[in-house]
Amino acid sequence: MVINYWDKEHETLDKQALKKLQLRRLKDTVEAALKTPFYKSRLCKAGIKSCDDITCIEDLKKIPFTTKDDLRECYPQGLLAVGLEGVVRIHTSSGTTGTPTVIYHTREDINRWTDLVARCIIATGVNQGDIFQNMMSYGMFTGGLGLHYGAERVGLTVIPIGSGNTKRQIQLMHDFKTTLVHATPSYLLHIYSKLEESGFSIKDLVLKKAYLGAEPYSENTRKKIEELFAIDAYNSYGLSEMNGPGVAFECLYKCGMHVWEDAYLLEVIDPKTAVELGADKEGEIVFTTLTREATPLLRYRTRDLAFIYKGECKCQRSHRRLSRITGRTDDMLIVNGVNLYPSQIEEVIMRIPEVGTNYQIYLEKEGSLDKLVVKVEIYSKMFKGDLAELDNLRDRIKDELRAAVIINPVVELHEPGNLPVFEGKAKRVLDMRQKL
Amino acid sequence: MKLTQVSVFLENKKGRLFEVCSLLGKNKINIRALSVAESEEFGVLRLVVNKPQEAVRILKKRSFVASLTDIVAVEVEDKPGGLASILKIFDKSNINVEYMYGFVEKFSDKAILVFRFDDPDKAIGILTRNKVNIVGKKDVLSL
Repeated sequence: MVINYWDKEHETLDKQALKKLQLRRLKDTVEAALKTPFYKSRLCKAGIKSCDDITCIEDLKKIPFTTKDDLRECYPQGLLAVGLEGVVRIHTSSGTTGTPTVIYHTREDINRWTDLVARCIIATGVNQGDIFQNMMSYGMFTGGLGLHYGAERVGLTVIPIGSGNTKRQIQLMHDFKTTLVHATPSYLLHIYSKLEESGFSIKDLVLKKAYLGAEPYSENTRKKIEELFAIDAYNSYGLSEMNGPGVAFECLYKCGMHVWEDAYLLEVIDPKTAVELGADKEGEIVFTTLTREATPLLRYRTRDLAFIYKGECKCQRSHRRLSRITGRTDDMLIVNGVNLYPSQIEEVIMRIPEVGTNYQIYLEKEGSLDKLVVKVEIYSKMFKGDLAELDNLRDRIKDELRAAVIINPVVELHEPGNLPVFEGKAKRVLDMRQKL
Repeated sequence: MKLTQVSVFLENKKGRLFEVCSLLGKNKINIRALSVAESEEFGVLRLVVNKPQEAVRILKKRSFVASLTDIVAVEVEDKPGGLASILKIFDKSNINVEYMYGFVEKFSDKAILVFRFDDPDKAIGILTRNKVNIVGKKDVLSL
């Protein structure tokens, strides 16, 4: 396999040199953070008055965690470390779940972010000559712009269509011979389900690769996408607090996402005790920015759950690999007293070939009990015209779910295209219990 | 001779059956026989039409889940005991009927019934041997 690098020196830096670089950059970040009102008081309380109080990388542990709530409280300017005249871009979160949060970027912040995304693109074997259709939203959502800048830097031919407008997406994929797309897995599956209706078949496309991200999904969903489109799909991980995409990305070997550790200090902690966990142990991901000027963040608790893979990757990159996000500390559902992550349900239903490209998890009260309804669209090519076959399918899904999540669900079969479609992040869980 | 039935998966949702029928109507596809098998929240619509392949193509283009199924249509004496005499043949020969329904029209004084067998070829052999008239494609088109 031919391995290409965007920044070979940094991507293959040996552990010792990487640690040294991290320490230098951590000190710079602490220095920058001390210029913000929030960190000035927070760090002083922890006994850190200047970057000289950080003498080794283990001193990181002296720094308190930063949480999403801290970011909300600091809105709009409490975490700004440079003068506003030095800021070239602002990204805020939607604020649908509370006060918005904001991340500022200097010109150099954007430049470094772009380089990190370029690393990701090159790591997947994509290069100049590839036609890249970016199906992620542009605007305040960082997914669209982040990949766009990186792709242009690498020299891909970029089609900046953004999300939505499925028929036009398919038409452009065909007309411009798109070889690479960036989309949420749910939207890509939706595109597949609309091919026939749009007058195309999979043979009319020359797609080779897809970047998946922006929402949790299972390994079976990735496999399904790879099989349906006959492509390679790569996992991407990013969050707006850490710029957006370009934090961690899979290389050609598709065995975990390399976290660019010269730009982000990575910790995985037990979400309850905050104790750091070793490799292979699932916990909450915590990041410290190492190269950001306008909005330095120290030990930011992402609330995303994952683990770090043991061992080295065949691609020679020294940066450690993160597993897919298995859930969020805050998306756990409690159904009749049983803990349940939506990803567990997805894992089960996406391995059943008769299941189509969309599903929904619906929770309601039935008397005093919780009722879990899993609505799945059937895969039209699997339909042979038999009612008994459909009844069997429903029972099979039900049995497999019960075995996996220890909850007895109601399974509903739906026609493809009849469950709500999401062009950006999918909202698969409808919890109606609070409203009753 | 086997006939081809169009099977459509339908959610139990208002107006869905109407959508199928009006779509077929607009495309000049004539329904000769139909039945609906239903479960709690979904059903399967079974149709015998003059142009089954085209019907499935049109339905799929509009995102309906549709497929083709082999069925056998036979003429049955339109008098008390007519159906029983046919079923007796199946019973004796160990032929299993998965489901059945009737045609609206007929082209002689006999009624037409549609059968879905788990082994249609075996069923056709036995019906022929018992001199039961099997309805062919041409007969359906002539109705």
